[in-house]
Amino acid sequence: MSKASVEGFTWTLYDVDSMTPGEIYGQVICDLAELHPEIVALTADLGKSTKIGVMGKKYPGRFFNVGVAEQDLFGISAGLALAGLVPFVATFACFVSMRAVEFIRTDICYQNLNCKIIGSHAGTSFTTGGTTHHSTEDLAIMRSLANMTVIVPADGYEAANAVKASMNINGPVYIRINRGADPVVNESEDYAFEVGKAVEMHPGTDITIIVCGATVFPAVKAADVLKAEHGIAARVLNMHTIKPIDREAILAAIDDTHRILTVEDHNVIGGLGSTVADVIAESGRSCAFQKVGIPDTFGIMGGTEDIQHQYKMDTDGIVETALEIVGRDLN
Amino acid sequence: MSAQFKMPLSDSEVKELTAMAAKIRCDIVDTTAWAGGSHIGGALSQTDILTLLYFKYLRIDPANPEWDDRDRFILSKGHGGIGLAAVFANRGFYDHELLKTFGKTGSSLSMHMDASKVIGLDASTGSLGHGLPMAVGLALGARITKKSWLTYCLVGDGECHEGSIWEAAMAASHFKLNNLIAFVDRNGLCIDGATKDIMCLEPFAEKWTAFGWEVKVVNGHSFPELATALDVAIAHEEGPVVIIANTVKGKGVDFMENNPAWHYGALDSAKTVEAKNSIGGSSRE
Repeated sequence: MSKASVEGFTWTLYDVDSMTPGEIYGQVICDLAELHPEIVALTADLGKSTKIGVMGKKYPGRFFNVGVAEQDLFGISAGLALAGLVPFVATFACFVSMRAVEFIRTDICYQNLNCKIIGSHAGTSFTTGGTTHHSTEDLAIMRSLANMTVIVPADGYEAANAVKASMNINGPVYIRINRGADPVVNESEDYAFEVGKAVEMHPGTDITIIVCGATVFPAVKAADVLKAEHGIAARVLNMHTIKPIDREAILAAIDDTHRILTVEDHNVIGGLGSTVADVIAESGRSCAFQKVGIPDTFGIMGGTEDIQHQYKMDTDGIVETALEIVGRDLN
Repeated sequence: MSAQFKMPLSDSEVKELTAMAAKIRCDIVDTTAWAGGSHIGGALSQTDILTLLYFKYLRIDPANPEWDDRDRFILSKGHGGIGLAAVFANRGFYDHELLKTFGKTGSSLSMHMDASKVIGLDASTGSLGHGLPMAVGLALGARITKKSWLTYCLVGDGECHEGSIWEAAMAASHFKLNNLIAFVDRNGLCIDGATKDIMCLEPFAEKWTAFGWEVKVVNGHSFPELATALDVAIAHEEGPVVIIANTVKGKGVDFMENNPAWHYGALDSAKTVEAKNSIGGSSRE
């Protein structure tokens, strides 16, 4: 592993081939904690699963496991923030966004406290865990909370960048990561990551495919297929920040490509697609538009590839939907 | 506690605290009338606890409300905000005139108070079951940052129906938070009736003991009893202490006492006078 120095901060470049995003963000928090004594970490009996437990090994006095008690987890985190500390809090995304949401909303967001929340095992990434442990509503819920920033990293590098960027935000941040090893979409941590600014992963002028998290990798592959096999130039935007959304990138996509497809591992209601739709509708500009995701149902239980195929979130599905949109008569 | 019992409050202190509590209760009545209604029953039951804390025990500085080393207080039963607003006015955090704006559009003072707006308020509360978990976090934070300030929290008894109170109770004893002192305003009533009928809390003291807390049960309207328990709580080194304060909902206003109908109520001018006369009478006893 090598070292790089950016803005005076030296950190380890993480080995994304052998570390999951969860392991990487845990390591990043440990590295940040060395520089920031105000950082503490908490979980609710998921220190191992969410990987935040690594903080307990390095800084046992700054890590708190509250047991299986998610309401308490976020209430205590709010209190720690009121005492001037910066809590990083990790549990499964479904418990963050539903079991404990009122504590996040009322204790943390209402008081605009400096809590950084990691929701792991998001979307359908818990695969065979089934609906009780899937989280296909969290983006809709978390983005509706005032003061909350919502980030969906696409791989380990981006998870590292999101965690580091969250320290520069004075207020609550929700970082949504998946269960295991996401395919790597960035070459390193050293790229133009900025909260609220989409990253163009593939150039194009025929259609824009807007994605986040788990759907970034298949969308980039789909763009390659569309170019190679169909001569279609698909712009791929990694919309890693759902809130605040990058309006400029969406408006440019309308003007430049006239067709927008969103693909997300989330219910099609309220998540990335809905956020993009808000921007399109308010712009007064017209374009072909399609949302792809979990179609307002509870996701099937199965393997990652099977689930992504079922809901057309995989490369084949994205190519198929993109071709359908490109074939529409826009007049 | 030392072996030699020492009265925690002098007679003159008790007299002054009693007079202040009566003044605060009259302010609560007036503010309720100005606001067109309030959670007056629970505001009156908690008054003696808050008066003792804010006028005798809390290390605070109204001239410097953000003082880093101040003791913290969280009103977990956030609907008692009107009572705390009256305490703050009397303690000098802001002018009494502000109470006339309570609940009015644009006012900093409201039914469930907002810490970003109310001078002296350490946390925003309202939804029940939130204050004690935040108090646990504050106490943990003081320990981590090696601060000597204490965290106090007032919980309602009906609020103890919330599971999150017991999650926090477990955590406080697990983390051995000897810098956390909780009170329960045990007035025995929630909105729909008596707690024993709606959802029984007993054996209440035993529950807290079972959750690992040191428990003191006192008359919540007796300053000497409350102060004695507080002195024990502050000196207690093994973990958190809860003071279960047996109180009367609507305390001081004879037509409100122990009447669940006065959980929330409004007062016309005649009732306002009647209520203040009743408080004046009881405070002179």
